Amino acid sequence: MPPTPITFSPQTRPSAAAHLTAEQVEQLGAELDAIRAEVMDSLGEADARYIHKIIAIQRGLEMAGRGALLFSRFPPAFVAGTLALSVAKILDNMEIGHNVLHGQWDWMRDPRIHSTTWEWDHTTPAEAWKKTHNYEHHTFTNVRGKDRDLGYSVMRITPEQDWRPVDLIQPLTNVGLSLIFEWGITLYDLEFDRVQDGTKSKEELKKDLKVLWRKLRRQLAKDYLLFPALSGPNFLRTALANLTANVIRNVWSHAVIFCGHFPDGTETFEEDRLEGETKGEWYVRQMLGSANLTGSPVFHIMTGNLSHQIEHHLFPDMPSNRYAEIAPRIREICDRYGLTYTAGSLPKQYGKVVRTICRLAFPGGGTKKGAQVTALPAQTGPARSTDGTPVRLAG
Amino acid sequence: MGVLGSIGQRARHVAGWFTQPLLPDDLLGTLNPLWSRVEPHARVVGVRRETADTTTLLLRPGPAHPVHVAGQFVGIGLRIDGVWQWRTYSVTSAPGDRDLAVTVTALPGGTVSGALAHRTPVGALLRIGPPAGDFVLPTPVPEKLLFLTAGSGITPVMGMLRDLSARSESLSGAVLVHCDRTPADLVFGPELRALAAETGLTLIERHTAVEGRLTPETLTDVVPDWAARQTWACGPTAMLDALTEHWARAGDPEALHLERFVPPAAVAEGLTGGRVSFTTSGIAADAGPGTPLMAAGEAAGALLPNGCRMGICHTCVGKLRSGAVRNLHTGDLTDTPGQAVRTCVSGAAGDVEIEL
Repeated sequence: MPPTPITFSPQTRPSAAAHLTAEQVEQLGAELDAIRAEVMDSLGEADARYIHKIIAIQRGLEMAGRGALLFSRFPPAFVAGTLALSVAKILDNMEIGHNVLHGQWDWMRDPRIHSTTWEWDHTTPAEAWKKTHNYEHHTFTNVRGKDRDLGYSVMRITPEQDWRPVDLIQPLTNVGLSLIFEWGITLYDLEFDRVQDGTKSKEELKKDLKVLWRKLRRQLAKDYLLFPALSGPNFLRTALANLTANVIRNVWSHAVIFCGHFPDGTETFEEDRLEGETKGEWYVRQMLGSANLTGSPVFHIMTGNLSHQIEHHLFPDMPSNRYAEIAPRIREICDRYGLTYTAGSLPKQYGKVVRTICRLAFPGGGTKKGAQVTALPAQTGPARSTDGTPVRLAG
Repeated sequence: MGVLGSIGQRARHVAGWFTQPLLPDDLLGTLNPLWSRVEPHARVVGVRRETADTTTLLLRPGPAHPVHVAGQFVGIGLRIDGVWQWRTYSVTSAPGDRDLAVTVTALPGGTVSGALAHRTPVGALLRIGPPAGDFVLPTPVPEKLLFLTAGSGITPVMGMLRDLSARSESLSGAVLVHCDRTPADLVFGPELRALAAETGLTLIERHTAVEGRLTPETLTDVVPDWAARQTWACGPTAMLDALTEHWARAGDPEALHLERFVPPAAVAEGLTGGRVSFTTSGIAADAGPGTPLMAAGEAAGALLPNGCRMGICHTCVGKLRSGAVRNLHTGDLTDTPGQAVRTCVSGAAGDVEIEL
């Protein structure tokens, strides 16, 4: 528990969208709506085959990995098994679990692959995740004080968050969180901070804990008791391999997820922005609050297509295999409206995140780099800042 | 079943700890869809063209598929453009047959019936639901039987006749009156004529293109002792409605057994539509006048229990939490919270909440 509650100071920097008129924002919204409708209408057999194939690959890898680890005494089996299991867990959580739980595949009407029936290889139950992630994070993306994903209530990730002495150790907190990310999310989904400030009742917490325990004991038994026991004399090695696979998955997903909203160029927002926010303004916030990762097709699959974080935040329920094809069009829209489309390689973006975390461990840090503000050639009306008063463009 | 079943259940329970968070059935289904008990599949092992628009599909379900009773139907699921679509078809094979047969007539503009009748090759995998329906013969089978069928209404009766002829040599106590436009339209024509010759079944073919529709009056001409027979009838709504009326007036309504094939059309008066919210899934959708709640929910991505989709099987029922619904066929209003509502034949009467 943080010793002092998290508070925010008012924003001092202008938004990168400050130059857009209300009409331009609505026009941008209409363009994005059209892209969404076009893709959703074209979903078909090829998409269904894609997700079935990914699921079959994931299950095959998991069975192969666990099979190899029955012989974990032999180093090649240990290494190959651990790797296969790591990849299987990453696919399960990212390209499959995260996206199925978003309802991206509900259109197939397949009870086997549906957001209401899916459960994933993760300590947090799907139901708890859907609430904090699908609803809170995706609705209130990067709104300070509303999006609890901003620093996950343990870190200072944006300069507007007031500094607390505990933030001094946040570079270490980050490394620790990376290793146990799965558990971090599980604790976070229990919303202890909301119990503390009274917005979540003790009874609700108790109920959540019960659901969690029912899942947790099975998750733990499988990785640290049953499969190790099945490998007989190799018990400890198999348990170690399973732990390693879980940690590899944790480090990987932590890196990908932190690169989604925290690198330079991404923006955070004031809470009062939400009041009367239009669909177009919502789209703008999603675009400015997210950042993409560049890489190969396999890399995109391994990130659960969160490498297309911007596209994902615009259309959270669009099947992830379609993000790559709309990405150039989204980038073109961003260029045309003078909005930042942040993208970079994983090492580069993660480096920026770590730099920010280190800088913000100390007070201040208000001049976060990267938020480029480009003026549009033609201004048809007064530009608006987030609080509604006209502003001049920042240079 | 008892001991083996409980051992099997325990084995699945133990295996579930190893397959967490999946069920063992998920993995079996990935390896071979036919092995899944939760989502049973069947493979198409034979395709027989019956008429220009009607095809019999011979299906081989997985080992866990329950045996049907002659006259029952099964749900058939087909993936079209990535989306699972379900329809209900009578089983035309006898319960003892190795393969299960369904006979599908392609309806004009019917995407699912068209795909099943014309574009489903041998080797295709379909999903299959459990057999259901109470359009079946009692035990012991009554001696004097009358079957009244029209068009594809012959399908459940074909299943019954195949079953009866497999069990006894003589069907001399049974009469089948079948209506179709022309002799070429009768789906099982040659087989029925052969069956009549072999078993003594009285087969009366009525070709409506020449003779006009079967009416209760003409029935008396062709089957004078109709009132003394237990009758099973299946065909278009208009025919079944006329028969119901006739039996109520001049016969014993208890002796008439009906199977309605088409989902009842939205004929009720005063249909308003409204917004339907499914409380378990949290999905809400606008259901226009005449749109079943199920169709509205599915279009919005809800996963709803479903079966026959025509108000017969009660697989789709959900509790009414608030608001009111109207039966699209009869117009009956249901507005008591807690009452069970069949979502496939109910439309919204204003805003409504269903516990599904």
